Amino acid sequence: MEQIFNNLSESLFSDLKKGEEVILSFSGENSQFIRFNNGSVRQTGLVDDAEIELKFISNGRICGGGFTVSGNLDVDLKRGRQEILRMRQESSQIPIDPFLVLPTNSGSSHEVKKSDGLKFENSVDAILPAMAGVDFVGILANGKMFRGNANSVGQKHWFETDSYSLDYSLVTPDHQMVKGSFSGTDWDQKGYEEYVERSKRKLVLMERKPIQMKTGDYRTWFESAAVSDFLGMFSWNGISEASLRQGCSGFGKMRHNDTRLSPKFSIVEDFSPGFCPKFNSDGEVAPNSLALIENGMLKNTLVSSRSAKEYGLSSNYAESGEYLRSPKMSTGTLSHDDVVKTLDKGLFLSNIHYLNWSDNPGGRITGLTRYACFWVEGGEIVAPIETMRFDDSFYRFFGDQLVDVEDSQTVNPEVGTYGGRSLGATTCPGILVDSFSLTL
Amino acid sequence: MLHYSYLGFKASFYKQINREKKMKLDVDVKKLLGAVDVPADWVGIREVYEAHTPRMIRDGVPVVNASSATHGIMVEVLVNGQFGYFGTPDMTPSGISKAARSAFKQAEIASKHAVFEFDQSARPAHKGTFTSPFIKDRNSLSAGNLNEILLEAYNHLKVSDKIVSASTLCQVIESNFKFVSSNGSDIHQDFLMFEFDLSATAADGSNQQTRTFGGMRGTCRQMGMEYFDKYEIYANATRIGEQAIELLDADDCPTGEMDLVIAPDQMMLQIHESIGHALEVDRILGDERNYAGWSFVKLEDFGTLKYGSDLMNITFDPTLESEYASYAYDDGGLKATKEHLIKDGVLVRGLGGQESQIRSGLEGVANFRASSWNRAPIDRMANINLEPGSLSFDQLIAEVEYGVYVESNKSWSIDDYRNKFQFGCEYGRLIENGKLTKTLKNPNYRGVSTPFWNSLKGVGNEETFGIYGTPNCGKGEPNQVIRVGHASPACLFDKIQVFGGV
Repeated sequence: MEQIFNNLSESLFSDLKKGEEVILSFSGENSQFIRFNNGSVRQTGLVDDAEIELKFISNGRICGGGFTVSGNLDVDLKRGRQEILRMRQESSQIPIDPFLVLPTNSGSSHEVKKSDGLKFENSVDAILPAMAGVDFVGILANGKMFRGNANSVGQKHWFETDSYSLDYSLVTPDHQMVKGSFSGTDWDQKGYEEYVERSKRKLVLMERKPIQMKTGDYRTWFESAAVSDFLGMFSWNGISEASLRQGCSGFGKMRHNDTRLSPKFSIVEDFSPGFCPKFNSDGEVAPNSLALIENGMLKNTLVSSRSAKEYGLSSNYAESGEYLRSPKMSTGTLSHDDVVKTLDKGLFLSNIHYLNWSDNPGGRITGLTRYACFWVEGGEIVAPIETMRFDDSFYRFFGDQLVDVEDSQTVNPEVGTYGGRSLGATTCPGILVDSFSLTL
Repeated sequence: MLHYSYLGFKASFYKQINREKKMKLDVDVKKLLGAVDVPADWVGIREVYEAHTPRMIRDGVPVVNASSATHGIMVEVLVNGQFGYFGTPDMTPSGISKAARSAFKQAEIASKHAVFEFDQSARPAHKGTFTSPFIKDRNSLSAGNLNEILLEAYNHLKVSDKIVSASTLCQVIESNFKFVSSNGSDIHQDFLMFEFDLSATAADGSNQQTRTFGGMRGTCRQMGMEYFDKYEIYANATRIGEQAIELLDADDCPTGEMDLVIAPDQMMLQIHESIGHALEVDRILGDERNYAGWSFVKLEDFGTLKYGSDLMNITFDPTLESEYASYAYDDGGLKATKEHLIKDGVLVRGLGGQESQIRSGLEGVANFRASSWNRAPIDRMANINLEPGSLSFDQLIAEVEYGVYVESNKSWSIDDYRNKFQFGCEYGRLIENGKLTKTLKNPNYRGVSTPFWNSLKGVGNEETFGIYGTPNCGKGEPNQVIRVGHASPACLFDKIQVFGGV
């Protein structure tokens, strides 16, 4: 793949005329997808996919293009050249963009992660025996992923990784479920079987008769996976500088009214673990670590170079959509072993589902409980709960209602596969909240 | 009052003239089918070319002028009752042959552990074509023309300095599809579509309100450039800008149990989330439990479940011209026809393609759809519509002593069984003594699917009917985002939990 990208980019750059610049962004994968239901295979297949996105800059204008990379250099060069011609012609018709960002050469990078992954022909036999006897449903995504970026002023980045993720649910006969997500680079059969055994043990708790909760406010523990979902909302009309400037960010109160979250809440964008490339689709390299919220105070927002130019700021080389790529939330003091005892009476929520802003300026988020969610009383898990809707503000649950934060973090990998397999992860602890509102 | 005149094109409006035959598919798929050399029980080849051309003006400057295309083939084989696939961009005979061999191996290994043993009846043989109806082809408006229209529309949105941000967006989509199979299918479909939006945000510190044209990209259609009548666009832009300002100083929506009148651009989401997804048969069969979820609907509910009031008639209608997800065949080759899903409030049919029909024994529809060449088809919505009733908009409002009227979705959430939903809208009006009175901001409502639909007590007539859709319906593992259409009249619901902002 890298050779294909190199050949294409060198040839296309050599076709440019004076005053023209191009940025190429490459994304590809050789993936296996196996979909399971009822402990059996529902759908199985392979996907080879690669695409190049182009940004063509000329005379103060910018056009975008893109095409599928077939792997045949002649075909792909023809597609690329057609795109350059189209954009060259179109750039004379469209208005000047006063905030376009010209490419620079700030140094190249090359990161190839080799691993001893799960061979495609072994996947079914590696996964299914450990799931014997349970209603198992989920997806294996397995194989190589590629990201590249090159520009006409000589900068080039390449990132390649080989990884797998088995994202699954185990289901009781009464339709109660436990979530699991086993992912990594080197396949570890024994580690996988032990992970599944832990899921099965959790499933036993789900066999108790579920409790129908009443609406109202409850002391609540959120496991790391649930906290990760809340942090995901920061990427959508949240911590983006452009969102704040354009009046559609839930962080407006922090910016305009100096509202603060709990001093126990801190979050950084941290690329040091290498879950995803540090370079963005313009080839800009983000700092290894960027403090966003420090002890409850908004320290930095995500600022792309375009926003920087538009609003007169410094860029921190965020992706153009200004979303979190590798966030890490700081730990607190609560040991996971002490969670149920410290919670004493309230909700233990392992996972949450289908979040959306119900009042973005107020920071209010609605969503639902899902999977292993329990009622706790007297410091003991009593029973799972029936699905409940919540609606509460992050200014409360990350703010004045935040009692304590777990003393260790869990890595929650991004397992989304819209368009292609995603990279990245959210690293965060669980949190204990004194009051959290169930509404339906 | 309502602003649907722009969307009120009738099927007869189209004469299907000047059809552009701009074929991107220069691959001989029948020849490629011949290149497959594995002993499969069935082989299918589905070629997809799709080009997206988005253009966007934000705050007076161009932020997007792009066009990108995806082009590839999915080879599907049936081996010992198990389908296997390979999505590849290598459309040469050798590439397809290699893909088929790998798909065969995948299917062969999995066939020992298959959920269901299929035969080739899961891929019925059909031959036919489909072309989107349009009058003006995509080249009738140049990049320069579209930028001018979008920029002028932006100027109309910016009615006041309190509009802190405004944007206009148009995305043209061309999609070409070919499907051939070893049992004789030969289908060719060409689509021309667009998504269009106008958006204005008014803000005063952390008090901020956004108004759009149909909510969450709800304005998306299958038609040509004749849509872009600039004067109607500018009139709508001015209205949207003015309403954003109006919302900034409006009262918050009241809280309580009250009558609710829902405009078609919110009915779209209501239908989508609390009917469409719930009726997907693959979901009822449990395929989706690890991702989007299950369904409160059970296989035994078909033919008996009183889903809603007698006024409720829901159809799967791939034939409604200009609706976003109209087509003649699904991606498994099944011919698409209009069918009732819910008739007079009773659930009669599910959203199950041929595979789900075989697995469940239920009657279904042609909804086995894939997002592109790199994903396998699954049960999806297409056009899911609420059929019009008899009441004018004024008659619907006149029925209400105290309640709220809402337009345009801005927030949506529903549980994994498709029961407990909550929706937020951009724009509300109070209804007092049968009349629309003051404007309300942050109108939200929540409920549970079947009690909610059983509280339907008024259905608007054709004059209130609006055709909308969404380009962003997500489902499936691996994930797939797909286009769906939803058309509905305005509707009145009894005693709904309504509430406002913080």
